[in-house]
Amino acid sequence: MAVTALTMAHLRNLFGVVMLSGVFSLQAAALYVALDAVDVAFTEAAVGAGISTLLMLSALAITSSMEKSRKGVSKGPLALAVLTGVLLIYATFDMPVYGDPNAPIHQHVALHYIKNSGQEIGIPNIVTSVLASYRGYDTLGEVTVIFTAAAGVLAVIGRNRRSRGKDKKNGEKSMKFKSVLRVTSKLLIPPILLFALYVQFHGDYGPGGGFQAGVIFASAMILYALIFGVGNARQAIPAWVTRSGIALGVLLYAGVGIASMLMGGSFLNYSVLASEPTLGQLIGINLIELGVGVTVASAMVTIYYNFAAKAPEEWTPEEEEESEGDL
Amino acid sequence: MEFPGLFNYWIVIVLMMTGFYIVMAHGNLIKKIVGLNVFQVSVFVFYISMSKVKGGTAPILRPGLDEGVEVYANPLPHVLILTAIVVAVATTALALSLIVRIREEYGSIEEDEIIAQENNQEEDQ
Amino acid sequence: MEMISQIAGWVLLLLGSAFILIGAVGVIRLPDVFARMHGAGIIDTLGAGLILAGLMTQAGFTLIMVKLAFIFIFLIFTNPTATHALARAALNAGVKPLTNFKKTGEDKPSKS
Repeated sequence: MAVTALTMAHLRNLFGVVMLSGVFSLQAAALYVALDAVDVAFTEAAVGAGISTLLMLSALAITSSMEKSRKGVSKGPLALAVLTGVLLIYATFDMPVYGDPNAPIHQHVALHYIKNSGQEIGIPNIVTSVLASYRGYDTLGEVTVIFTAAAGVLAVIGRNRRSRGKDKKNGEKSMKFKSVLRVTSKLLIPPILLFALYVQFHGDYGPGGGFQAGVIFASAMILYALIFGVGNARQAIPAWVTRSGIALGVLLYAGVGIASMLMGGSFLNYSVLASEPTLGQLIGINLIELGVGVTVASAMVTIYYNFAAKAPEEWTPEEEEESEGDL
Repeated sequence: MEFPGLFNYWIVIVLMMTGFYIVMAHGNLIKKIVGLNVFQVSVFVFYISMSKVKGGTAPILRPGLDEGVEVYANPLPHVLILTAIVVAVATTALALSLIVRIREEYGSIEEDEIIAQENNQEEDQ
Repeated sequence: MEMISQIAGWVLLLLGSAFILIGAVGVIRLPDVFARMHGAGIIDTLGAGLILAGLMTQAGFTLIMVKLAFIFIFLIFTNPTATHALARAALNAGVKPLTNFKKTGEDKPSKS
């Protein structure tokens, strides 16, 4: 991974840099699997190697793709980086050894989670139970962050109202001459959506949950938009649907919290949602994961729509040169 | 001195300093965002490597297959990092949209060209 | 019987890794964009396929094997499509295939 990072620092071709960042994320995901962090690996692979690379490529398409050459290695930042690195290495001599089961972080709260989450919450995946129930406030904040990011992207490069008529024209223009890609994506998009639903509802029993499911759902929509044109995608899932989706997910999440307050418990205490505490926890966790999935999917699709609307016109395929027809 | 024991922290520091250097030294805005990403991933690796327990397994309870499994990896850093990954992609998306907007305004995404244009505008006013 | 499936699994895994290595060498060393895509295709189809087959023999007849089989099916769908899309993009960008590689070993670079 260090080799990839150093190569990224050196390359001037931004396209190569973005591709390498995707490779870097994939290596990180593999590393997480080796370190027993399966949920994190899943999220990193879906988010880092998928959506992040895609967004950077869209941004590259809108801006230039080569970096201006600099005069060698800048001394000041290099010295600062090396100095900070040396100080940090000095600081690590007090840290616990890798893999040590007696390290301080394994002693207090985490022991309680591992021991008791089976009885208190009753779902096998401890990470989901900690994420959704024990640390539900943090996850509410996270969903709000995604909402804010999507709202921010809308505010900065929002679509102008006038170009609504261009959707249909753009939709028809990009449908020709891509038969292999069209057929394959038509075959693949339903299983991808099905897989997103599977990951969403299976987050209790294995790695998965709302975030990964939302990202996979969004990637299916983005695949559709890439192959069939943003115009067609906008007709299939209009912009107002995704905009309301962003808000609806957060509303669902906070609504579950308020519902549990109305039923007598504290905010986001799911045990009061049903007759039995573990059943209430199950209902609460599934509902908020659904809210998270809806928000993440809508946010990613909204962000992609806004990026794609800014792409220069020469990105649609050139029909004039396609004299040999379909390949 | 436990050399192999601290190796994971040193790799993280190398990655972190690479990301730090990319953010500071390169003028191109997109490269800065990539460097920020490298920095963020290095922090994640730091947390996750701290959460690994020797001889442990993934923190998923499986009632039928769990005989003999005593030790699980610590789930708390996993949760924190899950949140952090999603926040990282949210900030990357917002930063990229800002870059697109800057490109529209100034016509370039190199930091020194943008600063030069800003200075020219200030002199004209 | 158990031993045979274990050995078969290991052999498949090692073969898959060897093919990935060969494909990687090909991607670096072959002279032309279109030739390099052959190397990438080897990595995806043969390399990943053999590794998945090795994992399947090691998993036995469980749900994991079905999931791995699904992964293999999707891989077979997406890899040729990706190579096709890459070739289209290269053609659209104006890269001409290298067609005058002389037998003596010297190569004229393609117009890329």
